[in-house]
Amino acid sequence: MELNLMLNGRRVSGQIRPDLLLIDFLRDHGCPSVKRGCETSCCGLCTVLMDGKPVLSCSVLAARAEGHEVVTLEGLQEEASEFVGYLADQGADQCGFCNPGLVMNTIALLRENPNPTDSEIRAYLAGNLCRCSGYESQLRGIRGFLNSRSFS
Amino acid sequence: MIAIKEYVRPQSIQEAYERNQKNGSRILGGMLWLKLGGGAAATAIDLSGLGLDAIEESETEFSIGAMTSLRQLETHPGLNAYTCGAAARALESIVGVQFRNLATVGGSLFGRFGFSDVLTLFLALDTAVELYHGGMVPLEAFAAQKPDRDLLIRVHVRKTPGVFGYLSMRNSRTDFPVLSCAVSRLGGEYRTVLGARPGRAMVLRDGEGLLAGGIDGTSAQAFGAWAADHTPTGSNTRGSAAYRTHLVRVLTERGLLELGGMDHGA
Repeated sequence: MELNLMLNGRRVSGQIRPDLLLIDFLRDHGCPSVKRGCETSCCGLCTVLMDGKPVLSCSVLAARAEGHEVVTLEGLQEEASEFVGYLADQGADQCGFCNPGLVMNTIALLRENPNPTDSEIRAYLAGNLCRCSGYESQLRGIRGFLNSRSFS
Repeated sequence: MIAIKEYVRPQSIQEAYERNQKNGSRILGGMLWLKLGGGAAATAIDLSGLGLDAIEESETEFSIGAMTSLRQLETHPGLNAYTCGAAARALESIVGVQFRNLATVGGSLFGRFGFSDVLTLFLALDTAVELYHGGMVPLEAFAAQKPDRDLLIRVHVRKTPGVFGYLSMRNSRTDFPVLSCAVSRLGGEYRTVLGARPGRAMVLRDGEGLLAGGIDGTSAQAFGAWAADHTPTGSNTRGSAAYRTHLVRVLTERGLLELGGMDHGA
């Protein structure tokens, strides 16, 4: 079957199997930032924005994206560059495998709630698992970015 | 991952229902649980084009489309005002925001999953499900039925005056609950709903009149103990039957004290 969607602002088409997952379509179309992690819909590594909302691309049929807008980290480099340095400053990226999903969901959080409390950050990012950092450095990085923004 | 031979997006509920009568057809809700299963579907029927993804609030009820996401429920101001925040508390620990943007209320209720926070929550409310063929069915009766080939179209929550509370015990923040517990005073009736026993959620009412004089420390403790005696529990990797029975008593008592506006010391 044919799939047509907007991917990172470009119209993209392709022939797909009915059971192809969105993650596989995206990785085949120039988006290697979208990582496959747990296979059980709970790690958040494969997070992309679909019509502006963060979703797990490992759990969406590619066919369901027909006519929708999908954005991956490849399409949000400028927005991400505003705060990923703060994550690096805190050693929050260690192995780095979870980072694209974390960055995507942080962008979704900050679009929805530009001034979150620490508790709101933790709650929103609870679906992004990290086996390196223990989450404290990620929180410090995001808090550092938010503090710098409020001072400037 | 389930293998899918044909994917269709029906243009009407009738078309979706008719397609679903054929062996090998599967309805796609959020697809999160379905994805974990193996097997094959001759036809995957996607309901996402039928406008069933909204919550409509009137003076008397909430009408919730089957494809409404758990995140929509969690963040709906009207539903949370009515449920005293119980809706958000029931849903906010289910994996993550990305998951809850996909998981649907219809998929959660139609599956009648034992671990379901969603089923536990809605059983504490005055809830009925609207089935395409079966019409309106009280959720409690629906939950006791075996899944068939009908279509769950909407969930209706009547705004019966009440107060509500929701608690769960989890081994980690986003895991399945070891036990889920919703409490309510709906009209004049007290309920405690126990889910993840690990069996399907069940409703207990105050048939003994233990709370007839109102909620205080003594009556809440008595009802919690009574609930523990009347709730079948089992064991799995998340907890033993004995621990779950302990939690039935503790969470019911805490929830009731919350309803009564008292500090439970937790």
